[in-house]
Amino acid sequence: MYLARVTGRVVATHKYEGLGGVPLQWIQPLDEHGKAMGGQLVACAVISAGPGDLVHFVDGREAALACPETFVPVDAAIIGFVEQAVANGVRIGREGR
Amino acid sequence: MFLALVVGTVVAPVQIPALDGRKLLLVRPIKPDGTPTGKTRIALDNVQAGDGDRVLVLDEGNGGRQILGDPKAPVKTIVVGVVDYVDVHGAHVYDHRRRTEAQGS
Repeated sequence: MYLARVTGRVVATHKYEGLGGVPLQWIQPLDEHGKAMGGQLVACAVISAGPGDLVHFVDGREAALACPETFVPVDAAIIGFVEQAVANGVRIGREGR
Repeated sequence: MFLALVVGTVVAPVQIPALDGRKLLLVRPIKPDGTPTGKTRIALDNVQAGDGDRVLVLDEGNGGRQILGDPKAPVKTIVVGVVDYVDVHGAHVYDHRRRTEAQGS
């Protein structure tokens, strides 16, 4: 499970049938300083989040378990909306706050 | 499982029901001597660990679901122990009681 910031959204009208109604978001994983860690990726948004929001996501097989339909080809899912994270006394919050 | 340093906490008021009421920690994987390595993760706390603690982290889904007792919980990373001390090749590289790193002899 990782901390990430939502940077955008992805719309795919045609996708695997079990994924209907699950929004896709473009996210950037963050390290404990709030800086980008690794490349951006697409994740299923099981909880609603929008660009700029801080979230946490799970990767691997567990991501599919977070979706309404659990036998789906998914390897990253946003499972929580993060209000704030504090690391080494430094606060990481939503963009601009 | 890997060793990690708890570097912070995460407040997530809105999340999937399986995680409700669970404390989330930011953990930084470390080598036995304390050098950071790998990617920072968010882990569920299962042992009342806190900031600055060296911990043992499980990063695997089946074990995580077993700990939560929920076969459908989408969780992966869980803090499963607080490290007392670490010996490498017979040398004490970390001791929780002293909170200092002895130099390997």
